[in-house]
Amino acid sequence: MIQWSEHASPWLRGEGPDSDVVISSRVRLARNVAGFPFLLKAGAAQRRELCQICRAKLLDASMGRTLVWMDLADMPALERQLLVERHLISRQHGQGDKIRGLAVSDDESVAVMVNEEDHIRLQVIYSGMRLADAYRAANAMDDALEKQIDFAFSDKLGYLTACPTNVGTGIRVSVMMHLPALKLTGEIEKVQRAARDMHMAVRGFYGEGTEALGDFYQVSNQTTLGRGEQEILTDFQDQMVPQIVRYEQEARAALAERRPSLLDDRIQRAWAVLTHARLLGSEETLYLLSHLRLGLCMGRIEGPDLQQVNDLFALTGPSHLQRIAGRVLTGSERREFRATFVRQRLSER
Amino acid sequence: MKCDRCDNPATVHLIEIINGQKIEKHLCEHHAMEEGVTIKVTHSPINELLEKFVLKHTSSVAAPTSVGGAVQQAGPVTTGGETDLVCEHCGLTFSEFRKRALLGCADCYTAFGPLLMPLLERAQEGATHHLGKVPRYAGSDQLRQQRLKQLRRELDKAVAGEQYERAARLRDEVRELESHK
Repeated sequence: MIQWSEHASPWLRGEGPDSDVVISSRVRLARNVAGFPFLLKAGAAQRRELCQICRAKLLDASMGRTLVWMDLADMPALERQLLVERHLISRQHGQGDKIRGLAVSDDESVAVMVNEEDHIRLQVIYSGMRLADAYRAANAMDDALEKQIDFAFSDKLGYLTACPTNVGTGIRVSVMMHLPALKLTGEIEKVQRAARDMHMAVRGFYGEGTEALGDFYQVSNQTTLGRGEQEILTDFQDQMVPQIVRYEQEARAALAERRPSLLDDRIQRAWAVLTHARLLGSEETLYLLSHLRLGLCMGRIEGPDLQQVNDLFALTGPSHLQRIAGRVLTGSERREFRATFVRQRLSER
Repeated sequence: MKCDRCDNPATVHLIEIINGQKIEKHLCEHHAMEEGVTIKVTHSPINELLEKFVLKHTSSVAAPTSVGGAVQQAGPVTTGGETDLVCEHCGLTFSEFRKRALLGCADCYTAFGPLLMPLLERAQEGATHHLGKVPRYAGSDQLRQQRLKQLRRELDKAVAGEQYERAARLRDEVRELESHK
């Protein structure tokens, strides 16, 4: 099994193009098996059959990767929560006791949810700005699956999905970006506006309906019908992402030039609290890590390496901490454990 | 006017646009029913007749190809005085769909067609037709058509945006693809 308590998922490594701003590139495809009802109308027997079919076909279509299958219904809640914190499953998929599964590759770049809102939600996620690679991998796996499974498809509407907002290509492209300077300069609205103009949505750290914790923002396409996959990807690659990266870099440069003491104060304050606090809440930690990460990316602080800080964004989540502690922790125990853990990690050079 | 298929008088006149070509059909009641243009319903109120007509017609356009077996029909059901649609394949009603924003099966798209399409169009910013990947089993000709449609659209965009190099590349691709008929 993967050493999940040691490191964050590889997509959070901070590698790849533009990785000081672009955290990760994700492509998700929604597919349904023809001849089966969607999950709203699927009974336990059908859910089980879908899991069996998808599990077998996914393992066949793994294309040389090692995929691990997990039955989520049998999994303890804390373990499921860990998968949510690692962005391998949605919050929705982490809850409840219905029959459902996850196939995940050993490097966590491929994660396929079975029986979520659609029968299959295939996700490929890479560190940095690597959307084209992520799509290529997702598409290749979809091709391999398609040889063995007939997907619900109509000439007019494309891939048929449980929610009509995914119909057509069934593709959701998401780029997660770290935008602390835009937040500090109060210009985050620029991102919202640019996204709106391009018919994209801006979401928080854990996707739909979540907060932009740690100044992480996810930009994703809003429509799936009437535009091909390449067209959607091109909008991100040629326009949206370079534009937001430029905004953030300009904001960083402006802070360094016009408000250096404010900038350094935030960075040093974050470093001071993270290395000395005895109790840390999870949101506060993400907020402080965000400023520390900004300082490291801008070369304004000598401290731990970026990888270490990137890891902490995931490892300080409640389920990760409990996994590391090896036991269930109450809220206040967690705050204490988190502070100790962060101090230890940051003192390792 | 006589029916296109027999000597009986034509009572149903239909104009269909298929691939940009206008096709007129004049049919007698018997052949109209055979074509699926009318549905024999006895003593039904006119709005129900109309609804069935619209539904039947929509299903021939947007029928899911991958659902094995016959295309299911939706029947209107009356609940508390209001007419609701129900997908006969999975039993979901349109009002249930409105509550949960989730469909019950692939056939719901056909069954709820006339009510669903305007909502779908709004959610998808006016788009009504799929562009993009087509499953391989759907046949290579379809793949080619889809790709052509997409390339032409991108070509228009490139020309409009004065990206002439890109436009030239796209035009070559269109020609290349067209020559493979």
